[in-house]
Amino acid sequence: MRTFKFSRSLTALAVMSALALGSAQAVTLKVANQGDALSMDPHSLNETLQISVVSNVYEALVTRGKDYKLAPSLATSWKQTSPTVWRFELRKGVKFHDGKDFTADDVIFSYERAAGDGSDMKSYVGQIKEIKKINDHTLDFVTKAPFPILPELFTGWMMMSKKWCEENQATKPVDRRKGIENAASFKANGTGPYRLRERQPSVRTTFSKNGTYWGKTEGNVDEVIFTPIGNDSTRIAALLSGEIDVMDPIPVQDVERVKSNANLKLMQGPELRVIFLGMDQKRDELLFSNVKGKNPFKDVRVRKAFYQAIDIETIKSRVMRGAAVPIAQMFPSQVRGFAPDLTQRLPYDAEAAKKLLTEAGYPNGFEVKMNCPNDRYVNDAEICQAVAANLAKVGVKINLEAETKGTYFPKILRRDTSFYMLGWTASTVDAHNVLYPILSTPGDGGRGQFNLGAYSNAKVDELTAAVGSETDDKKRNAMIRDIVKIHQDEVGHIPLHQQALLWGMKKNIDLVQWPDNIMAWKYISVK
Amino acid sequence: MTNALKRWLNSDVGYSFRQSPTAMVAAFIAFVCLFCSVFAGWVSPTNPFDLATLELSDARLPPAWMEGGTSKFLLGTDDQGRDILSALIYGSRISLIVGLASVLLSVVVGVGLGLLAGFRGGWIDALLMRLCDVMLSFPAILVALLIAGVGRALFPNAHESLAFGVLILSISLTGWVQYARTVRGTTLVERNKEYVQAARVTGVAPLRIMVRHVLPNVMGPVMVLATIQVATAIITEATLSFLGVGAPPTSPSLGTLIRVGNDYLFSGEWWITIFPGLMLVLIALSVNLLGDWLRDALNPRLR
Repeated sequence: MRTFKFSRSLTALAVMSALALGSAQAVTLKVANQGDALSMDPHSLNETLQISVVSNVYEALVTRGKDYKLAPSLATSWKQTSPTVWRFELRKGVKFHDGKDFTADDVIFSYERAAGDGSDMKSYVGQIKEIKKINDHTLDFVTKAPFPILPELFTGWMMMSKKWCEENQATKPVDRRKGIENAASFKANGTGPYRLRERQPSVRTTFSKNGTYWGKTEGNVDEVIFTPIGNDSTRIAALLSGEIDVMDPIPVQDVERVKSNANLKLMQGPELRVIFLGMDQKRDELLFSNVKGKNPFKDVRVRKAFYQAIDIETIKSRVMRGAAVPIAQMFPSQVRGFAPDLTQRLPYDAEAAKKLLTEAGYPNGFEVKMNCPNDRYVNDAEICQAVAANLAKVGVKINLEAETKGTYFPKILRRDTSFYMLGWTASTVDAHNVLYPILSTPGDGGRGQFNLGAYSNAKVDELTAAVGSETDDKKRNAMIRDIVKIHQDEVGHIPLHQQALLWGMKKNIDLVQWPDNIMAWKYISVK
Repeated sequence: MTNALKRWLNSDVGYSFRQSPTAMVAAFIAFVCLFCSVFAGWVSPTNPFDLATLELSDARLPPAWMEGGTSKFLLGTDDQGRDILSALIYGSRISLIVGLASVLLSVVVGVGLGLLAGFRGGWIDALLMRLCDVMLSFPAILVALLIAGVGRALFPNAHESLAFGVLILSISLTGWVQYARTVRGTTLVERNKEYVQAARVTGVAPLRIMVRHVLPNVMGPVMVLATIQVATAIITEATLSFLGVGAPPTSPSLGTLIRVGNDYLFSGEWWITIFPGLMLVLIALSVNLLGDWLRDALNPRLR
């Protein structure tokens, strides 16, 4: 018996050393962020971090290349056969992680899933009237009206396997607003370069390289460990000590420290994201306020007063330490459609704000709750605190509720809010991606899906529809300018600033930084 | 008032107080902290909770003696332009209120249950003491976290005052066990003494015996324990607030201040977190030293 035991442990030793040798060659990348991807479901939440993580597992028909230009992904080519019909040729020989083939049926299924109940991605597929299957690898998309930027829109719509979703009872998206969870939150089956190996929500999520990926993986990372670290100083300590390889975002107060460290580097760039405040303009009585029987935010003077009470330059210099650009529009200059002549913010003027409030019938201000995330945007809770202090000076008492995005997003997406903060990235790099989901009146097909205060102007709606179908750049830009002007005059939202990208990493890491803050692991190499 | 003080200083406990410089220093510090907290409105240079007085342009100024500091903000300012000194004074008020309230609550619960267990014995005793064992087998902070979490889930739209209620409740629900055990032990000894027997023989009701005869005799150790527990409760409160489940950031306790300041430690703005930390140490240490002294003073074997 003794010899048997001995030989068995010898075998174990041999196996273990073989494993150790194997893992010594494998490249592991440890990525940290201030928060976790709330679900692995690619249709459940239109939030950049979740998309950033999930887009390494799932893929869309169209993607962006290293240079951020449109590139084929699961579709190899597309063309307009008539003003309202687009023909997409699908890539052949693509397999999902479970080995099943990717076909036209999966695309149709993914459309139904993303356009249906509970989906947060409706605005990416809202233009489609119907899909015609020509054969297993060819599809015709019929749009409601001519829509020239459909391929751009498709970069945000990811493909899932019909079979797998049916087997896992995940044919409907995970919907946090209603507390609906399903297997797609914890398991994943995409076509992407990485497969999900282990998911521990808000602790760590590990991914391993997909050996049968259809495309080329330029980087050399075999394994990715994603860890959320909420506390700024803990996260920066983890980077300084070498415990993690890449982190996003670097707290603005620690930028200098990372820059001066010989082992680390900082990648900075303008992010497409605009941070703004929204106000409930729909309800006849504000939900969380001491004003009864009416809604002060319906009055443009009140909205203007809020706007002018905010000292954005001091927020920039003190809270953001310069890592932000105050902005007057809901999308930054890098986005197609930006109106270069409408860059003037309403001036910061507490006296004028007070006067406006008095005119509107609130000489002593009023009380309202403000909702704010504390682990989503750069210094989000600090910005809200500063705004609350600014508003206190004109007599408005803000009851600030800053919380983690896991409870924050479901709450504001249910529209259980009177005054809230949101950041938006025009992921198609086109103004339509802001005009349609944020400025338009909430309606079908994802229209106004993130217009959480229900700002509404018929002219804006009409022009937005026209912008969608217009092909002539000059006319299109003129219409976008008109919308921006109306929205600015009516203070539909209060834009605050454009955020800066601040990624920190070890010196030996090479990666591609896109302005939409999405991190593609397949381009990451560790030297 | 002065007479009472004189009489106290001449008593046994007063004598031992006069003999102990540690106790005197600790009492002085504790008194100053208590005074500042009670009269925060007059003592503190600004009201840090009044958002209308905050100037963001004053944010993160260093203490007055450093370059860039101003005499207006003696200990510097935090990330929102709040005066650290004022925040400390108001913060320690919250810490002290939460600490004292939760100790009071746990004394009431603990002494009551301990007395009952010790005096009645039998299955009540067995039940209560097993409950204590279960409570003791979990770290206090874990139980407090659980209660705070459940409290928040039950009242999702909780107002700030409710947050403090949950905080006090969660600390006292973990603290009562100590008192229950101590009181039960002492009660077991006391209930067989002659004076209790005598009371029983003369037909005094059990409840009256418990409250009027046994209770005064078990209060000595409870007083000592309570003093020391105030420090523990303050630290538990700070820990919970540091973990983000305690006092809200708009009315920060010391723990919340330390947590907020912690983010700025690496960037060299040390004063935002170090001063609240020092304040916490000072309060906890002085209260603890007082408790230690009280234990020695009340212990007949050390006399």
